[in-house]
Amino acid sequence: MNKSVFLGAVTVAGLAAGAAAAATIDDVKARGKLNCGVTTGLVGFAAPDANGEWNGFDVAVCRAVAAAVLGDPTAVEFVPTTGKTRFTALASGEIDMLARNTTWTFSRDVDLKFEFTGINYYDGQGFMVPKGLGVSSAKELDGATVCIQTGTTTELNLADFFRKNNISYEPVPIETNAEAQQQYLAGACDAYTTDASGLAATRATFETPADHVILPEIISKEPLGPLVRHGDSEWGDVVRWTLNALIAAEELGVTSANIDEMAAGTNSPEVNRLLGTEGTLGEMLGVDKDWAVRAIKAGGNYGEIFARNIGEETPIGLARGLNAQWTDGGLLYAPPFR
Amino acid sequence: MSDMHQHSIRFVRETMLPQAAPPVAERGIVKWMRENLFSNLANSILTLLALLAVYYLAVETLPWMLNGIWDAPSIRACREILDGNVGGCFAVLTDRWNQLLFGFKYPSEEYWRPSLAFLLLFAAAAPVMFFKYLPGKLLIFTAIYPFLAYWLIWGGPFLAPVVALLGFVAGYVVWNRFVTSSFAAGFFGAIAAAAVTWWLGGVIVDAVAPENSLLPSVPSRDMGGFMLNMILGVVCVSLSIPFGIALALGRQSSMPIIKWICVIFIEFVRGVPLITLLFVANVVLAYFLPPGATFDLIIRVIIMITAFASAYIAEVIRGGLAALPRGQYEAADSLGLDYPQAMRLIILPQALKISIPGIVNVAVGLFKDTTLVSVISMFDLVGMIRGPILASTDWNGVYWELFGFAALLFFVVCYGISQYSQWLERELTTDHR
Repeated sequence: MNKSVFLGAVTVAGLAAGAAAAATIDDVKARGKLNCGVTTGLVGFAAPDANGEWNGFDVAVCRAVAAAVLGDPTAVEFVPTTGKTRFTALASGEIDMLARNTTWTFSRDVDLKFEFTGINYYDGQGFMVPKGLGVSSAKELDGATVCIQTGTTTELNLADFFRKNNISYEPVPIETNAEAQQQYLAGACDAYTTDASGLAATRATFETPADHVILPEIISKEPLGPLVRHGDSEWGDVVRWTLNALIAAEELGVTSANIDEMAAGTNSPEVNRLLGTEGTLGEMLGVDKDWAVRAIKAGGNYGEIFARNIGEETPIGLARGLNAQWTDGGLLYAPPFR
Repeated sequence: MSDMHQHSIRFVRETMLPQAAPPVAERGIVKWMRENLFSNLANSILTLLALLAVYYLAVETLPWMLNGIWDAPSIRACREILDGNVGGCFAVLTDRWNQLLFGFKYPSEEYWRPSLAFLLLFAAAAPVMFFKYLPGKLLIFTAIYPFLAYWLIWGGPFLAPVVALLGFVAGYVVWNRFVTSSFAAGFFGAIAAAAVTWWLGGVIVDAVAPENSLLPSVPSRDMGGFMLNMILGVVCVSLSIPFGIALALGRQSSMPIIKWICVIFIEFVRGVPLITLLFVANVVLAYFLPPGATFDLIIRVIIMITAFASAYIAEVIRGGLAALPRGQYEAADSLGLDYPQAMRLIILPQALKISIPGIVNVAVGLFKDTTLVSVISMFDLVGMIRGPILASTDWNGVYWELFGFAALLFFVVCYGISQYSQWLERELTTDHR
């Protein structure tokens, strides 16, 4: 049996090699499913629920793309990847896109030959301390012991920050976030540092979250976004503009509640172009004219997705902060749909 | 005289004393405690310290276990119910029970299939494990079981496992026919016959497979939970024992090519950490296969773990072979047995008996090592806990309950294996100690 499976796999492999040159969007349409790489589990960003349905902030991007291209937000094969396997999975073509809270850096974009198609979450490294410590700024942490995950960029950022501010600290190296929570709660360190979204998610699991504060300083830039392989710009455009459509929808006031009404036609030309009642933006992208309507219906606009998965109403309770629309003082700025 | 007697002895007992109970300090629980717990000062101190430790452990853990919450939708709800009291949040186990056992993607209406396969595993293993007490005919079910279990767990066309079975049957028939004349003819003839059957069968299965098979097929990617640990553990242990025997015999062979292939394989595989092999299976193979091709991940992992375990078992069995006195080999030769006969009838039964503790050691270790697949994003029991369950907004922060449960499941299986092996050792003793 294994032998016949193996021979079959080799045959399929041979056929697939011939077809590999085809555009990703055609592959996805032919397959009828989007292969989307996600994390094996990160609170609020991607995790299967009790029924095995994937949910989360990154997952919503996959669903929106599937809805735009295939017309069905559930036509997604979620491929869980770890920090170590994610780039190989994308490079080898096992997945069509990766939406796995991946920081956009120069070397990943240029050297690893990927294309980041936008930023869906602006993160940054922060500090959490117990309220009892009486500290209100990271600059007051002179001489503190800090729990830190080893081998990450956060370790380097921390060293830079303390050197720049000419204060001293004692690192307590730990391996995983789970271990960090235990160590921090046990009082093995005065402060815990990792990405601000991770700190918020961690704090939400404490028995008394109100006894811990996240300090206002953000000491690094961690722009997280979906990415695709180099060399298929058409597919990259689909993912990029689906994300932009979600962001623009919030800016233009299109929500999953009023979208049917708005898709019938509005006074705003940009809304009409976005929703396909005017112009031919969908055709240019290689999908039909209702693509953005479906993408927004899949999980709502950016604001709705944020609020449902990681927003202030959820146990994670992240404020919009940098991830507010540019009109509200944030960094989200979708290019015009024209 | 009698008078004197009467004066010199004041009392003469005329009846036997009834048997009295031993003094309190010399009987029952008190005696046992005096002998075993308080036999001298140092022992007494140690006993008291141990009792203190047990007491503190109980005080710390018992309220946690007894106050545990078994029904709540999330960790926050748990804490609300507990309202500051100490107690475990075991509700995560009831909420995610099926996910812990089967992974989060196995279709829930098909759970009976792996469960049935698990129950049948006992029926299939029993004739091998208790070969002295059960009729040999039951072994036929053991031979069918792998194909049945594959069909139950993976589903798909019924003919596929049938064809796989037929391949082995064809191989066996050819082997039986030619082995009397020449071992090599039987061996290679069997392989050829099996390959031809599989190839022909594969064509036929593809041609006649109905659109909707009796059991809907479940892809390997959807396997998870403790089921995945059991699949990997059972398949790899049962495959690695025959491979290990072959490698051990090959290493002792006088034919240089076979000997050196075996030596290099064993030394290479033993010299590489299992996790490296798993990464090779998962990541590096993807670079060699053409883009878009996915060669079933579970099969890749099974191959790697089996290779790893075979190398270890080969060394254990080599130890058993080396422990046999030279006279046994010479006795076999003097009886005029050829190599396969000598091995099968005289050497291996003794060598394997010596190797049982070592083999069980490897098997238990291997079973626990199957949790390493969680690092290559497969959702075995530990992968389910570390990934989806701890990452859900509902259950992030529940550690002890989940990992304690995983430890319990593994302990039950490993302790069972260990008890069986001790029983088997006693069963097989023929020496007069």
